[in-house]
Amino acid sequence: MIKAVMVMNTQGKSRLAKFYEYLSVEKQQELIRGVFSVLCSRAENVSNFIDAESIFGLDSRLVYKHFATLYFVFVFDSSENELAVLDLIQVFVETLDKCFQNVCELDIVFNYSKIHTILDEMVFGGQVVETSSSEIMKAVEEISKCFLSPFLLSCVKMHVDDVRFSTFALFLIRINR
Amino acid sequence: MGSQGGFYQSKEFLDLVKSIGEARSKAEEDRIVLSEIETLKRRISEPDTPKRKMKEYIIRLVYVEMLGHDASFGYIHAVKMTHDDSLLVKRTGYLAVTLFLNEDHDLIILIVNTIQKDLKSDNYLVVCVALNAVCKLINEETIPAVLPQIVELLAHPKEAVRKKAIMALHRFYQKSPSSVSHLVSNFRKRLCDNDPGVMGATLCPLFDLITNDVNSYKDLVISFVSILKQVAERRLPKAYDYHQMPAPFIQIKLLKILALLGSGDKQASEIMYTVVGDIFRKCDSSSNIGNAVLYECICCVSSIYPNPKLLASAADAISRFLKSDSHNLKYMGIDALGRLIKISPEIAEQHQLAVIDCLEDPDDTLKRKTFELLYKMTKSTNVEVIVDRMIDYMISINDNHYKTEIASRCVELAEQFAPSNQWFIQTMNKVFEHAGDLVNIKVAHNLMRLIAEGFGEDDNTADSQLRSSAVESYLYILGEPKLPSVFLQVICWVLGEYGTADGKYSASYITGKLCDVAEAYSNDETVKAYAVTALMKIYAFEIAAGRMVDMLPECHSLMEEFLASHSTDLQHRAYELQAVIGLDAHAVESIMPSDASCEDIEVDKALSFLNGYIQESIEKGAQPYIPESERSGMLNISNFRNQDHHEASSHGLRFEAYELPKQTVQARIPPASLASTELVPVPEPVYPRESYQTTTVPSVSSDAASTELKLRLDGVQKKWGRQTHFPSTSTSNSTSQKTVNGITQVDGSNTANSRTRETYDSGKQVEISPEKQKLAASLFGGPSKTEKKSATGHKSSKPSSHMVKSHAPKSSMEVASEKTSPVQQPPDLLDFGEPTVKSTAPSPDPFKDLEGLLEPTTQVSSAVNHSSTAAVTKPPDIMGLYTETPAGAHHKDSDILSGLSNSPMTNMVGGTTTMQVAQSSKSPNLKDSLEKDALVRQMGVTPSSQNPNLFKDLLGDCGINLIQPPRMGFNSQILTASSFLSNPLTNGATDHIPVITTLHGSIKVGTALDTVGQLVEEQCLDPFFSDKTNVMDAVHNLSTAKKAEIQYLRNLLERAEEQNRLIQAQVELHKNKEVTGMKDVEAGPGEICITKLVLRRM
Repeated sequence: MIKAVMVMNTQGKSRLAKFYEYLSVEKQQELIRGVFSVLCSRAENVSNFIDAESIFGLDSRLVYKHFATLYFVFVFDSSENELAVLDLIQVFVETLDKCFQNVCELDIVFNYSKIHTILDEMVFGGQVVETSSSEIMKAVEEISKCFLSPFLLSCVKMHVDDVRFSTFALFLIRINR
Repeated sequence: MGSQGGFYQSKEFLDLVKSIGEARSKAEEDRIVLSEIETLKRRISEPDTPKRKMKEYIIRLVYVEMLGHDASFGYIHAVKMTHDDSLLVKRTGYLAVTLFLNEDHDLIILIVNTIQKDLKSDNYLVVCVALNAVCKLINEETIPAVLPQIVELLAHPKEAVRKKAIMALHRFYQKSPSSVSHLVSNFRKRLCDNDPGVMGATLCPLFDLITNDVNSYKDLVISFVSILKQVAERRLPKAYDYHQMPAPFIQIKLLKILALLGSGDKQASEIMYTVVGDIFRKCDSSSNIGNAVLYECICCVSSIYPNPKLLASAADAISRFLKSDSHNLKYMGIDALGRLIKISPEIAEQHQLAVIDCLEDPDDTLKRKTFELLYKMTKSTNVEVIVDRMIDYMISINDNHYKTEIASRCVELAEQFAPSNQWFIQTMNKVFEHAGDLVNIKVAHNLMRLIAEGFGEDDNTADSQLRSSAVESYLYILGEPKLPSVFLQVICWVLGEYGTADGKYSASYITGKLCDVAEAYSNDETVKAYAVTALMKIYAFEIAAGRMVDMLPECHSLMEEFLASHSTDLQHRAYELQAVIGLDAHAVESIMPSDASCEDIEVDKALSFLNGYIQESIEKGAQPYIPESERSGMLNISNFRNQDHHEASSHGLRFEAYELPKQTVQARIPPASLASTELVPVPEPVYPRESYQTTTVPSVSSDAASTELKLRLDGVQKKWGRQTHFPSTSTSNSTSQKTVNGITQVDGSNTANSRTRETYDSGKQVEISPEKQKLAASLFGGPSKTEKKSATGHKSSKPSSHMVKSHAPKSSMEVASEKTSPVQQPPDLLDFGEPTVKSTAPSPDPFKDLEGLLEPTTQVSSAVNHSSTAAVTKPPDIMGLYTETPAGAHHKDSDILSGLSNSPMTNMVGGTTTMQVAQSSKSPNLKDSLEKDALVRQMGVTPSSQNPNLFKDLLGDCGINLIQPPRMGFNSQILTASSFLSNPLTNGATDHIPVITTLHGSIKVGTALDTVGQLVEEQCLDPFFSDKTNVMDAVHNLSTAKKAEIQYLRNLLERAEEQNRLIQAQVELHKNKEVTGMKDVEAGPGEICITKLVLRRM
């Protein structure tokens, strides 16, 4: 089971924190700090795995991946495989990349709730449910459609007629894909 | 989608994020966040905040809380948002509550109702978001409220919903297994879901279920294997590929499950061999995910019933991992190696240099993993190197958690394998010095006990040597500035007991040191108490020896201080000291006998020594004592008090041995080991770790298992003693073999071994530095067998732990034969001259045994009885070797043969016949398993397990056709259908029939399975088939577009409302100027007007 997902930048600022077991805010902060202090002391070109038992208690492993200014951190127990989780991070980042076209730290900051949506599609209640980034994208877009962009809205206004609307909507959806 | 992708946020929020991002210090950030909280508090409680704004406030709250500030004032608003009709707002609400609340929060009760409603929603997105909340927010009490709906959702047409419903059910299972125990069958059903994604998700709960109860899922082995096979053969839709690997995450989960199911189950394991072997072959080891699958395969192989072919592939994969440049892979390699050496210990040999490289790697994680591996492969020959390394590393790190762990490991290893007492004491000193306060106090007690008890009765000179060396080292260490409390306690105790024992140091010198300790650590009461008692002992010994006691001035002042101490314990001890000093030699001798800390104190509960005194008093007219129980009216209380007295008697004055441990010491802290201490008094020294390997094998003798994790102290120290007195300690009943001759032999063959090893290595890898080689030789050079504990168990009276080296001439023979043929059979050579655990006691791994017997290259094994007192044990295949060596062998042979008078000689040569020899000398238990193993091997060699064949037959043509249709739904339906079809046929299990019937229900293309193939054909032929799906797509898109339109209109409405409020405000402004009281009445109609306007536009 996955215990926590964190994204933090290289200065230790938390960009995303999701714990799959409830922890108090103070505890969460403590853990984030603990993780960061370990992460920032790691050299380049070492393994992506950290023995996290001293931070998260027994039976916990930590896998992180460093992208540009961000650390992506997954904490999990022995029922997961380290290398696989490393790829899970890869999937997560690939999805973000597809979502934002060349994702950068700012995208994650400014689209806070969308990141959560993506993560929820991947990891559900601590279990990995979806590992295909295209599937995740599909699901997220499905949700995004509920918030049509202003452009689409103005078009819809003009085409109240059902048939025309639907063809147009289809067209738009195709473009979106 | 653009970066704003519909998740619109206001400029204010962006500004907030930006300013926090630019904050230079934590204080500045806090200031910004606090002012933000103030703003939010104000705004959020304003009435009539528009939803859009509200949504953003909530997001900001979540953000604020992520930064570590309390946002609890907004929780209720988040809860309110979940009631909203708009999906967008609802989602935000749910997101916030799942992040804010825990399942026991007071507000949960307000959400349960909403969740119930949302689970019934027509919009599957709403259902999904509600399911998400269910996972996080429903606790044991509220499970029944949503359970029926969740179960319904398991059959939802959308696979996303099914998937999440399964996960929710899984979550319930984790929280309260009993609440969903009747629904467990649903997981089995969903395993044959027509969507592979749902099937994959189902593996998560099944993995948990199987972890808890393997046996009730054995019937699924075939299904899992066939699913895995299909996945590996790329029968899943392309969409499930990841980096050219077919559904690797599903493969990993399946392998994990198979590892559980196959563990110790030969039958189940046999079914898996083919598919696991296939995956080994197919795995692409260039990609990360491919290696993840490979690693999982290794784990699986090391967990299931061993198969030589698979073990070979696993070893192969491990060596690839270890040779890789990637630290991740090295890490996995080390981990995998640690798993595999439990089964085939000889594999470590090939990788010794890689392991040493990892040990010296700058990467901490890798280093720790390597230490873990070394810990697993420690034996008496390499313990010094390993423990030294561990201590060096322990000194270098600051992480207390890991320091504790590694310190306790050092202690554990030192206790088990210490080659000499000197070394042990030095090692313990180092551990205490550097990790003193992190070490369990019991370790200290253990050390004291060891020093007190020495090796046992018959070797007093060695004992006193040990003690005086301990005293000496402690006096030296006392010069260090700051020592941990636990260590000081040990030092004080040892100095008190033995400081003056050998006469090397005068009493005044020792007491002076003790006083220094008490002064230097004046805020540590325990240390002071130990010091006072030590002082008392030394003075007592002096008095008893008839010498004049001459208290040092600093000692006097110390006593004065303690006599007035606030600590009653200290005060008590000081008074005792004072009293003892005043007594004469005879009295002191009897209350404080020298070196009696090991003697048991007998407590005379009847206080019979007082009888004379009582008699005297009664004669003088004193009242006789009435037992409390006989006194009136206080029966219950006095009973209580009786007990108290009892207790008190054991806690009261203790001049002696205040730290004599009553239990065996556990070096491990985890509570799991606590239970085992009950077994202490059993005299036979069974070593815990033996059961380590046996855990994977079903036929573990129960006593070995029960001693797991327990540190047997009594065995330990005996073991360090002279290594020669093994005979007559045998308590084991399996065979009566005894090793005659101990450590000298071992040394001889070891050096021979490492010598050959070194030449072997240097022949192969010239560029390796000599230090590394030396290290390698010292780490791996010794016996390469798994036995961790039984290597120590020279003493352990296990039959034949030293069989091989029982004869001096024999071992020289071995060396000779090694030299004659060093290259052809390296593994054989390496294995020579080693204590073979394999054949000892409750054979941990009979299968390996068999291999050993059947293959010429492997280990020496069973032992044959020679005589009742001293059995010369001779491994059969060595015999074979000897018969081949021309000179000198003759003499040897006849020698042994004379010993083997009762076993026919012909048995000694061939492969299968040797087995009989082995059997004849082994316990019946082992015999059985050996026979079984013969069967396994036969099965293992023939590659065809029934299942794949059947599977192919069944699938036949349709299976191949199925690859073509582009839509995955149908494809996978067939896939799973076929996999389950094969089930009832292969194992005849009836419980799959319901599974198939459910499949019938869910397959929409036909009602009967036999028409499936036909249908597939039709589909393939139908040129419009793919178009049809596009139409379906279009319909779907239309409906979503429709929904979007509705959503848009809602948004419009919202905006209108906002506008309305604006107007309202304006109206209010006007009204305020005129008639303040009328505003409510005026605003009402205005609002209605605008809503009408909007409605008209709709």
